[in-house]
Amino acid sequence: MSGDHSALELVLTADPALIAIVRLSLIVSLSAVFFSALVGVPFGALIALTRFPGREGVIVVLNALMGLPPVVVGLAIYLMLSRSGPLGEFGLLFTPQAMVIAQTVLITPIIAALTRQTIEDLWIEYRDELAAMNVGPAGRVATLVWDARFSLVTALLAGFGRAAAEVGAVIIVGGNIEGFTRTMTTAIALETSKGDLPLAIGLGLVLMTIVVAINALAWVARRGAERYAG
Amino acid sequence: MRAPLSNLPVQFDDVGVVAGGVTILDSISLTFTPGAPTVLIGPNGSGKTTLLRAAMGLIKPTRGRVTWAGSDMMPPLRRAIVFQRPTMLRRSAVANLHYALANAGIGRAQRSARAAELLELVGVGELGERPARKLSGGEQQRLALARALARDPEILFLDEPTASLDPAATKAIEDVIRAVVARGIKVVMSTHDLGEAKRLADEIVLMHRGRIVESGLVAAFFAKPRTQEAKQFIAGELLV
Repeated sequence: MSGDHSALELVLTADPALIAIVRLSLIVSLSAVFFSALVGVPFGALIALTRFPGREGVIVVLNALMGLPPVVVGLAIYLMLSRSGPLGEFGLLFTPQAMVIAQTVLITPIIAALTRQTIEDLWIEYRDELAAMNVGPAGRVATLVWDARFSLVTALLAGFGRAAAEVGAVIIVGGNIEGFTRTMTTAIALETSKGDLPLAIGLGLVLMTIVVAINALAWVARRGAERYAG
Repeated sequence: MRAPLSNLPVQFDDVGVVAGGVTILDSISLTFTPGAPTVLIGPNGSGKTTLLRAAMGLIKPTRGRVTWAGSDMMPPLRRAIVFQRPTMLRRSAVANLHYALANAGIGRAQRSARAAELLELVGVGELGERPARKLSGGEQQRLALARALARDPEILFLDEPTASLDPAATKAIEDVIRAVVARGIKVVMSTHDLGEAKRLADEIVLMHRGRIVESGLVAAFFAKPRTQEAKQFIAGELLV
């Protein structure tokens, strides 16, 4: 990859180094969304449907954690995974797995908080009907998650957007190692500081295109599904 | 398929409901027996909706008890309610029915035929694939009736089922109610509409400020009301 190439040329010729960076970025961010959804959706639904002492406090903290600074998450995960840290023996620091962990921690509160709000709003609407139909607790959760699925996709997209755009966490725990842990955002930061603007701009274009394309796809799917489901 | 044992009659025994320091139901004692429809009438805030919700077990009485066939131990399954503003699940009309049928324990193999039968019964057979939330108010009300009937209820509570519907939609709902009654299902409904009460009721229960002020057969109620409140309500002069 050379600074002599134009940004557009790098994109159009599918420069191998650029493709590798894009591929790793997508794998890391989509994996983080997957693991965050596994934790965040059930947790958000649980908070929405249960009443317990301190629930309001949990909601306030969960909402506040949506604004977690990526560098703070990166630092916390770094300390956990470093050799002297509690998880140091697994040797995950400066690996893609560490980046997935950091982004998962970063976006789980976003997905959980948006899920909580979505499910709670729908529960207020559905509560009487489901009670009248004798729907049990498990059936309620399944019904609410299923009927809120289009809104939950938006929550997942918000998580993906946050993960794909952040640089602070992955650069601390991944180290921005060429060919191994270099993602689009860390590469853009590095190449800009080196003055290789074509590559930085090319990666920026790809990043923007991916984010817009995924959101457009979700929007089309949502509109189509709403026409069917109302 | 009908269960062999009936949960009727439903009996309210000195039932009171207080919420936020406000008495909503006060010393309600009445019985719903199998047979012709009972219609609850009364001005806004008289407690009609709360009474229906208490019968469905959606509100716990703060005093007294509601019994089914003499027992308050086992909540009966074969009861259903249609709310004044029913909530449609975010699915097609037929999927709403499949959901209700599944929750009523109807096997997967029987659901399609049963759903089609119920849609036909309420007169929206051609709307099965439409998103339920995009149906008109009258169509949604009919679908809500079909969804309630999916439970094969022996008693059906209807909370102002024709409120805010136009005359044609009102007539359609009333026709469905008559069809439901003809199937032997006990209907207990609330309404503001005295004409509707005359058309559908066998027994009238007049409520005011959380209490039952008069009840009796519909003809006698309208011909010779016994209480001042009943006379005022029939004359359109009874306020909250």
